[in-house]
Amino acid sequence: MPRYAALIYEPGDAARPPSAEEWEKVMAEYNEFTAKAGAAGVVGGGEALQPPSTATTVHVKGGARGGDVVTTDGPFAETKEVLGGFFLLDCKDLDEAMEWAAQIPGAWYGRVEVRPCIDFSETG
Amino acid sequence: MHRLLRNRLNLPLDEVVRREGGAVLATLIRMTGDFDVAEDALQDAAITALETWPTTGVPVRPGAWLTTVARRKVLDRIRRDSARPRKETEAVALLAEASPEETSPSAVDDNVLRLVFTCCHPALSPEARLALTLRTVCGLTTAEIAAVFLVPETTMAQRITRAKRKIAIARIPYRVPADHELSDRVDTVLAVVHALYTAGHHAPSGDVVVRCDLADEAIRLARVLVRLLPDEPESAGLLALLLATDARRAARVDAEGEIVLLRDQDRSLWDHGAIDEAAALVEAALRRRRPGRFQLQAAIACLHSLAAHWSDTDWPQIAQLYAVLEQAEPTPVVRVNRAIAEAEVNGPGAGLDILDGLQGLERWHLFWATRGDFLRRLGRRAEAGEAYRKALGCPCNEADRRFLHRRLTELG
Repeated sequence: MPRYAALIYEPGDAARPPSAEEWEKVMAEYNEFTAKAGAAGVVGGGEALQPPSTATTVHVKGGARGGDVVTTDGPFAETKEVLGGFFLLDCKDLDEAMEWAAQIPGAWYGRVEVRPCIDFSETG
Repeated sequence: MHRLLRNRLNLPLDEVVRREGGAVLATLIRMTGDFDVAEDALQDAAITALETWPTTGVPVRPGAWLTTVARRKVLDRIRRDSARPRKETEAVALLAEASPEETSPSAVDDNVLRLVFTCCHPALSPEARLALTLRTVCGLTTAEIAAVFLVPETTMAQRITRAKRKIAIARIPYRVPADHELSDRVDTVLAVVHALYTAGHHAPSGDVVVRCDLADEAIRLARVLVRLLPDEPESAGLLALLLATDARRAARVDAEGEIVLLRDQDRSLWDHGAIDEAAALVEAALRRRRPGRFQLQAAIACLHSLAAHWSDTDWPQIAQLYAVLEQAEPTPVVRVNRAIAEAEVNGPGAGLDILDGLQGLERWHLFWATRGDFLRRLGRRAEAGEAYRKALGCPCNEADRRFLHRRLTELG
């Protein structure tokens, strides 16, 4: 059975952040989808990401593993690059996550954006 | 915080608190894992200190005193605030384990290093690193930092808040990097301290050319880093660079506030003790055979500062050092400086050749001013005038502006 990656692109030019009502509506629609698709056995995994301001970009220079690692604040800026997919890395902190990110081939063919996921289980 | 305190008491106590602040904050962050909680607690403890020390006298170890009081305040607050029971128990347990080792000099040093490396983490933008270091390690207020970089206070506050948020949400760890990462991370830290010195040495805008307090703070931090990172020759390189540059401070601006170029400076005004210290530092560092950009820049600065007169300057060696530095740091700034050195050795035409090959510097006034100088010396006055006019179109401070206008006037 082939697996597909559903890559979610959000409109990045929103003039203002969503209101609590809008947010709740969107969340309800997502919950409706995951309930339905979950019941059908289709959902393999996925994550909602924290905003781009929390992102860090890793690039390995030289086109192969082991080159100089360049780290920059923020997501990868040039929009002609397409989001090709994501791994979920369970690491204790950003340093560990960045070390693994530099091992991913995407880091030397392009760039790997490392962004923390929202932990919905943490209240408060 | 600091403005409030300065109004109420004389400077020495306030300065004691500010200088201890970075180390205390570092320890508190280690204890609580939270920048904001730590800062609030430090602020409360500082206020208490300034209320009680005039009567009781300054404690023998003011840092330890502030840490103890701040920790108590954090505990009090957590006990009062019952919103998060799970986190509270963990935090209280951590904080309640008061041990004398926690405020021992080596533990404090370790925490200060953690704080510095965290503030200078490459995952933060360069502006954020500098702002956060100034705020937490140096204890400058947000308003003071905003004034240095000429942004509104709210912008600077947002920048700092975002940086702290990123540290928390992305889990930038509060640690000194492991050995295999250390040298790279040290370079990032040194770059921040150097940027701090540059901001103090040549204020980006406004009327004052030199902000002595920032330059002094950068040198103080550079000394701390040499002490805390004895195995990193680049930290000695940075300190040497700052000392050799700062030694010329008194001669850099004349009585009217006008810029005096290196060639015209009164060398008797230079701090030769600082120059000697810098030279000794860079020589010792280079002997370790791990050259880096700060050691190289320090060597160049020392060569300038050791020359008795402009005409005694060892330009061939400086030009060679710039050529090596360009390998380590192929930035436009280094290339322009190399062009200046080459011009001294091989004439302004050689300098102009180098400048002609550079791109991306159109918004830097010193690029155009250097170009103008070469053209002027070659007798190409019209082109020189064009270059100086372009320089005036770039961001620069008032003293720079007046200097450029003088050059234009001299051209006729």
